[in-house]
Amino acid sequence: MRGLPLAAWAYVCGVIALATGLIVVHFKPLSWTTIVALAVLAVLFLICDSAPALLNVERARVSLSFAASLASVVMLGPVGAALLGFCAVVTGQRHLATVKRLFNGAQFALCGFTSGVVFGALVPDNLEPGTSPHWVEQVIGPFLGALVTFVLVNLLLVAGILLLSKQATLRELLRESGGLAFGCLGYGMFGLLIAGLWNWVGPFAAVLVLLPLFIARWALEQTRAQQQAHAATLAALCQAVETKDYYTRGHSERVSRGSVMIAQEIGMRSDRVEAIRYAGMLHDVGKLGVPTKVLQKSGSLTEEEFAAIQLHPMRGLEIVREIGFLDEALAGIMHHHEKVNGRGYPMGLAGDEIPEFARIIGVADAFDSMTSTRSYRAARTIEEAVVELRKCAGDHFDPVMVDAFLCALERVGWEPPEPVVLPEDNVVEITLQDHDDPTVPIRVATDEVRR
Amino acid sequence: MSTQERAAWQTLDSGQLLLIASAGLFVIVAVTQVAAVGLVQPDIAVIFGVLIALGELFRMVMPGNREVAPIATSGAIGYALLVGVGPEGAEVDRELGVVLATHSPLQVVAVTAVGMLVGSLPHIAVGRSSGLDAMARRLFTVAVVALCFRPIVTAGLDSTLLFAMMAVVAVFACFADVLVAAMIRAEAVRTRFGIAMRDEIRAKMALCAATTATAMLVAVSTTVMGPVALLIFTAPILVTQFAFRRYAGVRATYLQTVRALSRVTEVGGYVEAGHSRRVSRFAVSMGRELGMCEEELLELEYAALMHDIGQLSLADPIPGGATVLASPTEQRRIAELGSEVIKQTGVLDRVAHIVHLSSHPYRTGHGETGNGAAAHVERPVPPPLASRIIKVANAYDDLVGDSGDRDRGAAVLERLRLDSASEYDPTVVEALSRVVDRYVRR
Repeated sequence: MRGLPLAAWAYVCGVIALATGLIVVHFKPLSWTTIVALAVLAVLFLICDSAPALLNVERARVSLSFAASLASVVMLGPVGAALLGFCAVVTGQRHLATVKRLFNGAQFALCGFTSGVVFGALVPDNLEPGTSPHWVEQVIGPFLGALVTFVLVNLLLVAGILLLSKQATLRELLRESGGLAFGCLGYGMFGLLIAGLWNWVGPFAAVLVLLPLFIARWALEQTRAQQQAHAATLAALCQAVETKDYYTRGHSERVSRGSVMIAQEIGMRSDRVEAIRYAGMLHDVGKLGVPTKVLQKSGSLTEEEFAAIQLHPMRGLEIVREIGFLDEALAGIMHHHEKVNGRGYPMGLAGDEIPEFARIIGVADAFDSMTSTRSYRAARTIEEAVVELRKCAGDHFDPVMVDAFLCALERVGWEPPEPVVLPEDNVVEITLQDHDDPTVPIRVATDEVRR
Repeated sequence: MSTQERAAWQTLDSGQLLLIASAGLFVIVAVTQVAAVGLVQPDIAVIFGVLIALGELFRMVMPGNREVAPIATSGAIGYALLVGVGPEGAEVDRELGVVLATHSPLQVVAVTAVGMLVGSLPHIAVGRSSGLDAMARRLFTVAVVALCFRPIVTAGLDSTLLFAMMAVVAVFACFADVLVAAMIRAEAVRTRFGIAMRDEIRAKMALCAATTATAMLVAVSTTVMGPVALLIFTAPILVTQFAFRRYAGVRATYLQTVRALSRVTEVGGYVEAGHSRRVSRFAVSMGRELGMCEEELLELEYAALMHDIGQLSLADPIPGGATVLASPTEQRRIAELGSEVIKQTGVLDRVAHIVHLSSHPYRTGHGETGNGAAAHVERPVPPPLASRIIKVANAYDDLVGDSGDRDRGAAVLERLRLDSASEYDPTVVEALSRVVDRYVRR
C-alpha cells in the first residue's frame, strides 16, 4: 500500500470520512430488536464474506454477503445498513491490508446508506417487513430500486479506487463490470427472501436461503477443480502423443495458445474460446496413426505415404469424436489443413467453406511450425514467420485470421520454443517430415510440389 | 453384453419393479380418492403441480447415472409440508394469521404424480429414456413426508413446534430417499448394500440438503405470503441446479476425454481395437464384485483405460499389442512410462500409482521397499487391489481379444488360474470368472 498515489489516498480518506459522517449525523438510538437483527446479520455477513467467493474476477470478488447487506437495507433502514457495511472491516480474509479493510467497510457503509435512502423513499409508508399479505408485490419494486442503487454505488466506488491506484484501466473495468454487476444483482436478490421471512422464522430464514447457495458454491468450486483436472489431463495426454518426436514437443500447447489469441482477438464468445483451446490442443492427435517410418523418411514420399499423412485429421477426429465437445471443435480438428484456395486436405474445401475454427487453428499451427527448430532447418525468427504468413494470406490462410493473429502478436507477444537439444545417447527418434510447415512443403515422388 | 433390444421392463431388477409397482398402485389409489372427494384448495394444487412439472422437465443426471430433479422434489416436499396458503381471507384470530392448508396426504401424492407425468411427457416425446425407478423413488419420498406431516398440521400445534416438526420430517425424508436409492443401486450394479449406501450418501447428501432447505423455504414462504412467494422463493434451488448441472457436465466430459484418448494407442497400432475399453469394463465389474466403492471404481476405470499409454513411448509396437506376451522387464517399462505420463497431469497421482504397479506379479511384491535385504526376508507387499485387477483383466483380454468364443475364454481363465500362484491374485481371478460368466449368460 506504500506506493499508493496521493489522489488515491485522498479518495480513500474521503470515502471513509463521508461514511462516518453520515452515520454520526443520522444516528438514532436503536431498539432492542433492531440490535439483535443487526448482530445476526453481521454474523451472517462475515461468514459469507470470509468464505471463498462464488464469483471471482481478477481484482474483485462477489460473495454472498451481498444478500445480508440487502436484507439489512430492507429490515434496518439506511443507518442500520451502513453500520452493517462497516463490519467488512473485520472480514476474515486475512491477507487484506488495513487500508483495504477500512476502505471496504466505508464503501459498503456508503452503499448501504444510499440504497437504504432510496428504499425508504420508494416504499409505501408504514410497511413493516413481511407483515402485509401483499408484502412481496408491494416491496419488490422499491427493493429492485435499492438493489440497483447498491450495486451501482458499489461498482463506482471500487472502480474509483482501482483507477486512482492505477491497478486497472478503464477498458478492463468496463469489460469485467458486466459479469460483476450481474453477480451482485443476483446475490442481492436473495436479501429480499431473507428479509421477507425474518418475521416468522427469524435467523433461520437466512439458513434456509443461504444453505442451497453455499452448496451451489461448493458445486461450482468442484466444477472448477474438475475443469482444471480435465485441462491438465488433456495436456498431459497430448504431450504423451508428442514424445515420439523431439522436435514437435510442446507444439500442441503452443498451437492451442495461438488459436486462443486469434479467437479472443476476433471477439469470440468465451465458451467458444474454451472449445478452441481444446481443439488446438488436440488438433494433431491423429498423427499417431501415421506410421513412424513415414515421418522419419528423408527425401520424397510416395503417393501412399503422403496419403497416410493426409489422413491424420480424420484419424484425430475418430479419436476425439466421442468427447462431448462443441461440434465446431471437431470440425476445426478435421479441417485444420484445408487451404483457402481449396488445395488443402482432407476434403479440399475452399474459402468460407472451411469452418472458422479450422481457419484459426491453421494459422497458429503453421506459425508455430515455422518458429520451431526442425531436424532439417533451424527455427525461423518471428519476423520471418510473419512475412511468410502475410505472403500466404489469401492463398493458403484466411487473411482475416492472419491479421487478427498479427494484432494479437503485437499485443501479447509470442514465446518461441527453446532450441532443441538432442540427448547424447542417440536413441531419440526424430522426424524428417513436417506436414505443418508451409515453407517446406512435403515432396512427393512424382515431383509435384504440394503446397 | 448382447446388443439385442429388450423391452423396458426386462432391464429392471426385481427391487425396482417392486418399487415401481407399489408406487403405481399408490398413485392409483390417491388419484381415485382425490377424484371421488374433489381437489381441496384447487388453485394451490394447480400451482404446485405446475412447479413440479417444470422441475421434472429440467431434471438432470448426476455422476454415476443418478437421475435427480431438485426443483420438482423441493416443490413436492414443500407442498407436503405446507401449513397455510397465505393471509388472504384469514380469520383474524388464527395463530399465524393465515388460512390453513387442508389437503390430504393422498392429494399430495396425486398432485405430485400428475405433475411428474406431465413434466416427463416432453422427455418421452424426444425419446429420452424415462427413469421410472427414479421417479418412483421421488414419489415414495414425497409420500413419506406427506403421510408423516399432514396429520400434524391439523393437530393445532403452536408455530415454533410446527416448524421444528417440519425440519425433522424434512431431514427424515432426506434419509428415506438415500436409503431407497441405495437399495435400488445395490441391486442394479450388484454391489453390497453397505457400499451402495456410502456411495449414495457421498453422492447425494449435498444436493439433498439443498433440496430439503428449499422445500422448507417454499412451505414457509407460501404459508405466510401466499402462492406468489413461490415464484421468487425457488430461486436458491435454481442456482443450485445450475451449479450441479455444470458439475455433472464437466465430470461426464472428463470421463469421455479419458475414454476417447485411451484410443490413441489403438489408432497408433499399439494395441488391438477396443482393448482399453474392454479391460476397463471388466476391471470395473471385477472391482464392484470385490467390494470397491464408487470413488475407487472411478480411479480403477481411469487406470484401466490408460494402462497401455506407456506404449506410446516405445519405438515399435509390440506384435499384436499384447503386453502379456512381452517380457516382464518390458512390461514394467511400459507400466512405468505410462505412469510417468499420467503423473504429468498433476491430478491423477493415485491412478499413476495403480498403473505403475499393474505389471508387478502378485506374490513377489512390488519391490519398492528400497532396502534390498529386508525385502526378501519379510513377506512381500502385494500391489494394490486396483493394480491386481488391471493385471488380470489385461491378461484375459490380451489372450481372448474380441472373440466371443466361450471355450477360448474358459481356457484362458484356466491358464490364469494356473498362474495365480505367483502372477495373479486368485481372488481377483475368481472375480473375473464370475464376471465373464455373467457376460456370457446375458
